[in-house]
Amino acid sequence: MEKRVTFKGLWLPLLLVLPQIVITAVFFFYPAGQAIWQSLFIPDPFGLSMKYVGLGNFEYLLGNPYYRASFVTTAVFSILVTVVSMGIALYLAVLADRLIKGSGVYRTLLIWPYAVAPAVAGVLWLFMFNTRVGVVSWYLGLLGYDWNHVLNGEEAMGLVVVASAWGRISYNFLFFLAGLQAIPKSVIEAAAIDGARFWTRFRTIVFPLLSPTTFFLLVVNIVYAFFETFGVIHTITSGGPQQSTTILVYKVYADGFVGQDLGSSAAQSVILLVIVGLLTIVQFKFIERRVHY
Amino acid sequence: MADHSGMVEKRGFGLWMTHLGLIIGLLFVFFPIWLALVASTVTQADIMDPPMPLLPGDHFFENYRKALVSGINAPVAWMMVNSMIMALGIAFGKIVISLLSAFAIVYFRFPGRRTFFWLIFLTLMLPVEVRIVPTYEVVAGFGMLNSYSGLIFPLIASATATFLFRQFFMTVPDELAEAARVDGASPMQFFRDILLPMSRTNIAALFVILFIYGWNQYLWPLLITTDPSMNTIVMGIKQMFPSGDDFADWPVIMATSILAMIPPVIVVVGMQRLFIRGLVDSEK
Repeated sequence: MEKRVTFKGLWLPLLLVLPQIVITAVFFFYPAGQAIWQSLFIPDPFGLSMKYVGLGNFEYLLGNPYYRASFVTTAVFSILVTVVSMGIALYLAVLADRLIKGSGVYRTLLIWPYAVAPAVAGVLWLFMFNTRVGVVSWYLGLLGYDWNHVLNGEEAMGLVVVASAWGRISYNFLFFLAGLQAIPKSVIEAAAIDGARFWTRFRTIVFPLLSPTTFFLLVVNIVYAFFETFGVIHTITSGGPQQSTTILVYKVYADGFVGQDLGSSAAQSVILLVIVGLLTIVQFKFIERRVHY
Repeated sequence: MADHSGMVEKRGFGLWMTHLGLIIGLLFVFFPIWLALVASTVTQADIMDPPMPLLPGDHFFENYRKALVSGINAPVAWMMVNSMIMALGIAFGKIVISLLSAFAIVYFRFPGRRTFFWLIFLTLMLPVEVRIVPTYEVVAGFGMLNSYSGLIFPLIASATATFLFRQFFMTVPDELAEAARVDGASPMQFFRDILLPMSRTNIAALFVILFIYGWNQYLWPLLITTDPSMNTIVMGIKQMFPSGDDFADWPVIMATSILAMIPPVIVVVGMQRLFIRGLVDSEK
């Protein structure tokens, strides 16, 4: 796609793109290049010089049980966040779509969590489940359930999943509701006249027609769970207990800043970079397809 | 309005069940926020003796004043100023550089234009979380730790907004640029008098999204603001917890959490139309 009408000039356009070029070069391309470069070295024990190790950092990482465990943790975490958040959002969107009056009110209220930062969401959920003062953990105690996400890895995972999914409901709800409202009512009416009940209509007509939205949200939510949930993890569990909630992005931070292992952290960055690249390609491929719908 | 969905719209019992289902959803969404609000209005003793009350107490002013004026490491009022500067800086900065470069790519033919386009395309793929260590080194090298420019610049180094404006400029009729040229307007006059006013809604929608993005940043400020007076409110909350969280000052922490939500909630709810538009635009 090109414009037919353009202005003449050489210096003006270069001047116009200059701010973006400078900022992107300094704060994006240079650091990204550094990450790739550093991933090929290990610092000596005194941090004075760097030793070239080729793909050694990658080999070490892929053979490292903690790193492999973090991969599995990330997969479990992102799938759970995506499924929980999209499930709740779809349920609410289907209900809101059934209303002729009042769905705007629900929408206005359901978009609140979008405004709450993941780190703040983490603090809110931590407060509810705090082992000493938490309201929910206290009532669970009354029921005879001893909640302790500080010691129990599965409970810790459950808590970070729910806190992350909670923050994502708004986004998914808005896209599902828009998707549902784009389905022609006449199609659904026709099925209703044919005697199809709500659940049958949903399964055979609504859900298939909603699939472009669903696929799109799947990719976007996985990207969210991978990269934007650092705040939730850091505030609630700091990756623990016993690394049971250490997702890959958290590990880049923990190894690079807390552990000061720059080569390994850089190699992890490069691996993440490849993952984001793949997810982006999936997303673009899909969006291209979506245009043809 | 004619009743288009007579067969589908539930009435009576079904309608009530629909509302009931949505209200259960609202309870799930608002319970954490409600609890934080309650906790910010009671005393530490009320919270340390579980279960805490579920209705607000009368220590609202005391807790919020304590948070805003003295905080725990730094006054929260000051952290909110930092967050505001960061969020506005990111939103304005990104919009300005993106408008300029999108204008250049769409309305000029210059050498390196395609290369430039593909280079910025690459930036779409790499969130700041992935390149934190080297970006930190760059910022430290410039002496930008504990500074607003250090908080802002690395987060505007991405091209999402450039793409958005490029898409929009492509839809602007060619006749407008032609007319401007015939009238002897300079490119920058065309940009200022025609293109900018036409982009108003897009700019506003993007502004809403970027403001929330900037305000809610966590990892980056956590890394580069070691001086409590430069903390942003979202990252400052976690710093309020003592190393063991048993004696955390919950009323003040929860008051701070509520304060951290207020500006983005006002933006999202108050500018709902622009917000939804921005959300849809920025995912295209």
